[in-house]
Amino acid sequence: MVKNALTTGVIWLTAALVSGVFVWLLADIIIHGLPKLSWSFLVEPPQNAGRSGGIGPIIVSTVLILGVAMVTSAPLSLATAVLLSEFTRHDSVYGRLVRRSLDVLAGVPSIVFGLFGNAFFCIYLGLGFSILSGGLTLACMVLPLLIRTAEEGLQAAPNDYRLASAALGMSRSATLVHLLLPTATPALVAGLMLGLGRAVAETAALIFTSGYVDRMPGSLFDSGRALSVHIYDLSMNVAGGDSNAYSSALVLILLLLIINSIALSLANQWLHRSVVTV
Amino acid sequence: MKKLGIVVTLIVLIGAVWGFLRTKSDDTKIEKLVLTGSSTIAPLAAEIGKRFESLHSNVQVDVQTGGSSRGVSDARAGLADIGMASRALKDDEKDLLKFTVALDGISVILNKANPVVALNKQQIIDIYTGKIINWKEVGGNDAPITVVSKAEGRSTLELFLHYFGLKNTDVKPQVIIGDNQQGIKTVVGNPDAIGYVSVGTAEYEASQGAAIKLLPLEGIAASVENVRNRSFPLSRPLNLVTRVEPAGIAKDFVEFARSPQVNDLIEAQYFVPVPH
Amino acid sequence: MSLSRTDRQLAALLLGCALLAATIVLLILLFLVKESWPMLQHVPLIRFVTDASWHPVDGLYQLTPMLSATLYSTLGAVLLAAPLGIASALFSRYYAPPFLAGCYRRLIELLAGIPSVVYGFWGLITLAPLIGRLHPPGVSLLTGILVLTLMILPTVALTADAALAAVPVAYLRGAAALGLSRWGLISGVALPAARSGIIAGTLLAAGRAIGETMAVLMVAGNVVQQPQSLFDPVRTLTANIALEMAYATGEHRAALFVSGLALMVMVLVLVGTAELLSRKRHYG
Repeated sequence: MVKNALTTGVIWLTAALVSGVFVWLLADIIIHGLPKLSWSFLVEPPQNAGRSGGIGPIIVSTVLILGVAMVTSAPLSLATAVLLSEFTRHDSVYGRLVRRSLDVLAGVPSIVFGLFGNAFFCIYLGLGFSILSGGLTLACMVLPLLIRTAEEGLQAAPNDYRLASAALGMSRSATLVHLLLPTATPALVAGLMLGLGRAVAETAALIFTSGYVDRMPGSLFDSGRALSVHIYDLSMNVAGGDSNAYSSALVLILLLLIINSIALSLANQWLHRSVVTV
Repeated sequence: MKKLGIVVTLIVLIGAVWGFLRTKSDDTKIEKLVLTGSSTIAPLAAEIGKRFESLHSNVQVDVQTGGSSRGVSDARAGLADIGMASRALKDDEKDLLKFTVALDGISVILNKANPVVALNKQQIIDIYTGKIINWKEVGGNDAPITVVSKAEGRSTLELFLHYFGLKNTDVKPQVIIGDNQQGIKTVVGNPDAIGYVSVGTAEYEASQGAAIKLLPLEGIAASVENVRNRSFPLSRPLNLVTRVEPAGIAKDFVEFARSPQVNDLIEAQYFVPVPH
Repeated sequence: MSLSRTDRQLAALLLGCALLAATIVLLILLFLVKESWPMLQHVPLIRFVTDASWHPVDGLYQLTPMLSATLYSTLGAVLLAAPLGIASALFSRYYAPPFLAGCYRRLIELLAGIPSVVYGFWGLITLAPLIGRLHPPGVSLLTGILVLTLMILPTVALTADAALAAVPVAYLRGAAALGLSRWGLISGVALPAARSGIIAGTLLAAGRAIGETMAVLMVAGNVVQQPQSLFDPVRTLTANIALEMAYATGEHRAALFVSGLALMVMVLVLVGTAELLSRKRHYG
């Protein structure tokens, strides 16, 4: 009885501590960033090295880069996760090789990704400093997150489902689509949130791939400055850029909130079917 | 599920087609000028580029960062039309052409709360080599000195070392920083810190209320004005670098960047225009 | 089980995708080797351990203090973030009323998206002075660990949360039917069932901590030295690459890529150890 009460207390305390620190951080950003926030800030191009004007083109570039990253990595990740979970034996050499590669990929520093992305996408594939290069590099970074979480989600689906559907004569693909994926929805969603968050937060990799140009991008092949790069430039490189850096950070958080909500509702709509649990 | 797949594929296809179409049509009309290199010069170059674009239609000036060395190697390899280097060219880079656009002075800064108002050359050398470790030895509070220095390879560091006759292996810092802003914020957050940053940035931040003060060097106050009239001894050049004599829009741009027409832009970044 | 035609097509497609994922790692490795080749050719690897210090301009390339810094900061961050993250997940799954749990989860999701620059910035102007008052200079291994913990907490929390969500309801109902207390249910049934998911999440978080560049650059002090205490400023391998890459040429640049390779080896060792320690339970 005592143990129960004690652990309940500890858990509530931890949650309070964690939320406290995070609210502290967010409050800092909101307090410093709110004054400059306005409609014109959201649509106008930056002026005076970003210290006045707005961040319109930067928001557009960010959304495009994010879009490229997610559209490339989400299907690829799902496919790999399904393969690892359903079509390979867990202790097979192939499965272990892929899993280990992914864990190593998760540990590669963001700056190395930036330099690699520059060498491979910008120079070798000839894409140059572009939104496409940035998005593809981000896709590589986000891949381990999406794959591992999706795989864990699929693994956790009870084996009974698979055996029952086999007994009913369903093909593997049907089992997957109608049973396993819906059951794994919380994990898939968690992976998606993490991936989006990581992609939006990434700075070093984008400096070297999607670049520094703060003009409104005309196409995916144009260089475009992402919000995170803009915040970095304003806070660390330009004298007097602090207040706009805070405002940009606030916009980034709001953007993430909106994207997360959309992604959450879409994912729940498409993947969540009513699966009656026993 | 099928509907989702179709919708997503359609979106991707439309996006790709739009992307390709835009580049195809843009290729024929726009002349592009690419600058890469120092992140110190990048904001200035971007602003100059914007003004240049407003004066010349059909020109796009793209500025990318990556560091001074990147700027030099890109200029040499032809990956960029013009490289940006926030330092003088090294001996093995003398095959390239340089065009100085602005000057950037270096000032030693202390936290505003520090009672010390001036340090002579020898004192600074002793502090940075670890011979003086407490502020009370130079007339300040009884507190250990937090020495802030820049990372190896940076031109600010090399200039600092050269002026004080030190080698990097002699310097014993407690904190090493990368950018000027990081240096300023470190000194602001630590009342016993000493560091060195760009004069213009420090002057601006101090005028905005940041808790730092600039130390005079050999009696000469550290200010942008003194860098301009060359009385302040410590400054570095901000250079545009090309492999061959620039021609066409590259030539126009370099001339524009060195003309008095952009002096206000240079000063807005707290650098000093080169007097012509 | 024999595969139908659609299944075989699916399997082929999936195989292609998975190979692509594994290829990327190979490409990155090749890239690092290619860029460090000028250094690897001339300089025997042992010098990266035995040289007197890290002063590349003078030809000295000792990596060990930075290796230790990376190791300590990652371990510290994981040791702090793992319990906090798991507790957060337990909170939102088993202790909090649904509305509060939803809010808490959204808060954590938001925090996963805050740029490393913002964390570093906040650490530099808010956290470092506070720690500096305890023990100068303020930017130190401890500050680095704390900021890293904040950054990887969302990863652990969200993956643990998903893993707990995947525990079959039947288990929980069975435990309740047996009269287990809430903590008994959690420690005896839910956590063990979610174990592999939680470990996978912790590994991802550890990877993130090792690879974090910007934030550590701003708050850890960047002095190349073996840390004697938590308050000593240190430089991690990633911060080193970011700090010096912009101005490095020739051998210096190649040396930085060698440190990138060292990082990948470290990650490999970390991952290998983790796989050895955890014995995953699988169906079939």
